[in-house]
Amino acid sequence: MKNISLRTVIILLVLFASLLYVLPSFHIDVWPHKKINLGLDLQGGMHLVLEVEAEKAVESTIERMGNDLRREMKTNHIKFADLKRNVFKLHLKVLGNESIDKFNKVLDDDFQEFRIASRKQNGDQLTIVLDLPDSDVSEIKKKAAEQALETIRNRIDEFGVSEPDIRRQGERRILVQLPGVKDPRRAKDLIGKTALLEFKLVDDQHSVEEALKKTPPLGTEILYQVVENRQTRRMSKTPYLVEKRTTLTGEYLTDARVNIDSQYNEPYVSIKFNKKGARLFERITESNVQRRLAIVLDNKIHSAPVIQERISGGEARITGSFTHEEAHDLAIVLRAGALPAPVHILEERTVGPSLGKDSIRKGIASMVIGSIFVIIFMIIYYQVAGLIADLALALNIILIAAGLAGFQATLTLPGIAGIILTIGMAVDANVLIFERIREELRVGKSPLAAVDAGYSKATLTILDANVTTLIAAVVLFQFGTGPVKGFAVTLSLGVIASLFTALIVSRQIFDSLLINRQLRSLNI
Amino acid sequence: MQFIQPDINLDFIGKRLIGFSVSATLILISLLSLLCHGGPKYGIDFAGGTLIQIKFSEPTTVDKIKDALKTIDISGASIQQYGEASNNEYLVRADIAYKKLEGLSEKVQQVLIQAVSVTTETETSESTPTLENSESSSATATTQTVSQEVTDDQTVQATLPAEVRRIEMVGPQVGKDLREKALMAMFFALLFITIYISGRFEFKWVVSAIMALGMICGVYVFQKMGVSMPFLIVFALILSMILFWFLRLQYAMGAITALIHDVMITVGIFSLSDKEFTLPIIAALLTIIGYSLNDTIIVFDRIRENSRKLTRDTFDKVINKSINETLSRTILTSLTTLIVVLTLFLFGGGIIHDFAFAMIIGVVIGTYSSIFVASPILLLWKVQK
Repeated sequence: MKNISLRTVIILLVLFASLLYVLPSFHIDVWPHKKINLGLDLQGGMHLVLEVEAEKAVESTIERMGNDLRREMKTNHIKFADLKRNVFKLHLKVLGNESIDKFNKVLDDDFQEFRIASRKQNGDQLTIVLDLPDSDVSEIKKKAAEQALETIRNRIDEFGVSEPDIRRQGERRILVQLPGVKDPRRAKDLIGKTALLEFKLVDDQHSVEEALKKTPPLGTEILYQVVENRQTRRMSKTPYLVEKRTTLTGEYLTDARVNIDSQYNEPYVSIKFNKKGARLFERITESNVQRRLAIVLDNKIHSAPVIQERISGGEARITGSFTHEEAHDLAIVLRAGALPAPVHILEERTVGPSLGKDSIRKGIASMVIGSIFVIIFMIIYYQVAGLIADLALALNIILIAAGLAGFQATLTLPGIAGIILTIGMAVDANVLIFERIREELRVGKSPLAAVDAGYSKATLTILDANVTTLIAAVVLFQFGTGPVKGFAVTLSLGVIASLFTALIVSRQIFDSLLINRQLRSLNI
Repeated sequence: MQFIQPDINLDFIGKRLIGFSVSATLILISLLSLLCHGGPKYGIDFAGGTLIQIKFSEPTTVDKIKDALKTIDISGASIQQYGEASNNEYLVRADIAYKKLEGLSEKVQQVLIQAVSVTTETETSESTPTLENSESSSATATTQTVSQEVTDDQTVQATLPAEVRRIEMVGPQVGKDLREKALMAMFFALLFITIYISGRFEFKWVVSAIMALGMICGVYVFQKMGVSMPFLIVFALILSMILFWFLRLQYAMGAITALIHDVMITVGIFSLSDKEFTLPIIAALLTIIGYSLNDTIIVFDRIRENSRKLTRDTFDKVINKSINETLSRTILTSLTTLIVVLTLFLFGGGIIHDFAFAMIIGVVIGTYSSIFVASPILLLWKVQK
């Protein structure tokens, strides 16, 4: 070759660059170090969409403020009745003129956050409904979603998943993607647990059986301890009658660790309270010796040990027949803190690693088989020109792979289908050109002139046809999720790559054959 | 080598009525099938529900699984053998109402594992643990009894008689969202394609862009007003057909009619063969749109070129000549695409199976429609004159 044209240089550069990007995916570590990302459906893993029940965060805020108000009214000797929460509203009655005056003062001084929804005075009885301003409500909701995301991220970080993807989706949805997670069930437990830790005293005065039959006595409720026998996998439920009032919550925790009980060789979780929590805990244990204190996690009793003595120092342990993993996970959720509101799973997709491997194997097998058929077909039909088209096809696949690695796009199973489809459609551009060249040759043009005319006439057609496919692919990318997005990516890459290989690369090969080698005839 | 002789001259346009009636019949069958089945059969992506793919180490039967599921009140689940019988692989699908959905996959998993494994029952013993000061743990005695030796989780996993290979759970709200998104995707793809075709073939960029913009605004407004999405899209499509007619966007009308024709027949065949619509199928439908359009545009391109060259011929002759000239290419490309889609269908594995099936139909119908539907439609206006 005497003169190397600009086009040759561009082709070689593109080829070189794409090889650089492709090699890392085949464990040959060269510079850009970018491997093709495999989607969850290929490498196995879990995809979750969670919804934060943000209303619950608002409800619990109002509930807490209601409790504060109750305490404040009691210390100020305000007479009141029927203080209760109804969804986002707090209803109460204040009795007596003197109490109403004092109540107004307390409300103005200490509870400015409240909005007065309605206020009715009937003689010396004031009926008032309090709620929160809309801006505060939406602020609490927003915070709840943010905080939930942060808490879940902390939990997953501690759990140890490589390259997790956790992000907000819309206003109150959280998308969690855990590639290659080995125990999806455990991960799901870890993420979904609200982990609200409460300590409640067990009511020993009343019998549980009676409370079960009728309604439980005032100020108490029935909670269950659920124990799973690990050998039979049977659940057993034990009811407990506990006081509704929470004596202590997990928000005073500073640390939670797994330890092994030396006596029984069973794991337990030791927890550490901060100063305030330690003081509270000491006071509770001191005044309730020989009573049972239920450790309640998300409204389920974990254990209800008997308080043997006053416990100072702010350390306690949560026992129960844990496996080591359960204890480990409990420690994680306690450390990361409770979710501000419960979350529930809207969508779950879990693919086991063996299925992913199967999919890759089958996908690649059909890709290879399909390509071989197409390659053989093209050679038989177009001979030398078919060989050129096959070369372009091979380059096409390399370009798609390089594009995937370069853009750090994710290859999914439908994505592999997209590549296979492109193999079929990529030869289309070449077919269009070759048919044109044949037409021109039939008219009696020389090979060189025929190739030239064929390309110039086919180029616009090819552009039109591919742009429309590209439109479909881009729309698919915009609206698609997960696997479908992967399909759109490979399809678009395929379209662009086939434009390049058909219009530039195969043209260059023709030209160099016809001009430099001075070929007189063309096998097409 | 050549399949199609260069001087071929088949009279496609003359037989266009046969083409139209074949298409009309196919569409009618599709619509009837959809009507009988009460709309398309949605997979869990769109309907919501739970799907579990489970592989057993020993042979089991559908009935056995069904019985096991009854113990946790899932009697309506459909159970299917998946792949070859020797694989012992099954698909369990349940459309469970939302609140019960959570934790369901775990339960199903557990029950199924139990059903095929021999379990020995042991009594659960009541235990009363004590809370103790961890600094003086020896001072108080724990009353907790260790009822069973702690089995290492690792060994439990290894001897499991069943392996859950895939779980998919979609809540109904998400299903509805995905359904609407999929419809929107189809609709937008069609609109953008309209603009491109009208612009490229008839230089009506502005007219078609304004029309498309109006459509998008209209759909958006009505959607905000709470009109149901499928109804809205169908209405919008009919409206755009009428607009095409009056705005004389003939190429767009030809192409879009062919696309709707292809999608409808593919959907119809899916409904006839009782296959489910999932997200990958939507991807397949959109690819069919892209592919069929590819075919159509290549014929249109030739028509455009020839109608400039052969000004003396009548338009139907020009169209017929163009179809014949591109016939060789049309058949070749369909063939290569069909080859790869067929390999995908045969060797691609279960998850991609239906996708490949949709593509096979799409390639065949798309090729047919670009010859027998899209091109003859261009003649509608000429006849009127």
